Amino acid sequence: MIDIWFLTGFVIIVWILLSLLRVIFGPTAADRVVALDTINTLIVAVMVVLSVAYRELIYVDIAIVYALLSFVSTLYIAKYLEGGI
Amino acid sequence: MWTSYLIYVFIAIGLTFNGLGVVGLLRFPDVYTRLHAATKATTFGSIFTSLGVVTWAFTQLYLSGNSWNLTLALHSLIAIAALLLTNPVGAHAIARAAYKSGVKPKYAVVDRLEVGK
Repeated sequence: MIDIWFLTGFVIIVWILLSLLRVIFGPTAADRVVALDTINTLIVAVMVVLSVAYRELIYVDIAIVYALLSFVSTLYIAKYLEGGI
Repeated sequence: MWTSYLIYVFIAIGLTFNGLGVVGLLRFPDVYTRLHAATKATTFGSIFTSLGVVTWAFTQLYLSGNSWNLTLALHSLIAIAALLLTNPVGAHAIARAAYKSGVKPKYAVVDRLEVGK
């Protein structure tokens, strides 16, 4: 029997691969940044789910740090697109 | 226990809304509508999958009394708070940067930012 948490993680990884299509085929740079922001959110979700699947607490801490750092990188790319840097 | 049904409901809601956000990201016509679909739907869905994890942890805490589960629940709540606070700000920054870098809304009826200049 497949564990429900592994199944959830697998489905979220399928969503991540689908939104990777927008990173590849996005017409403008802003489209790619939007897709990257979506992928960051989904990666935080899959880390929290996989921490239960593998019974490892450290994955959730890594998810917190990843959420904050991806926010900083999104702001940095946005500032660059805006022409501020 | 009855909370297992609650966990299934939370995970179903979370996966459905994450999928709707990704479909909107793939099918909507321009940057702003894609941002609208992807940011809100995936934030909502990720909150609900993490709420499933929190419910599981509190159930295990009640059943076994192991304090590891309490730590897991609290850290998942901190991760939810981090997503909830940072995602809208990032979306706002992306939308503002897209407008300033010259991307126009595709089917715009009125553009108040253009009028205000």
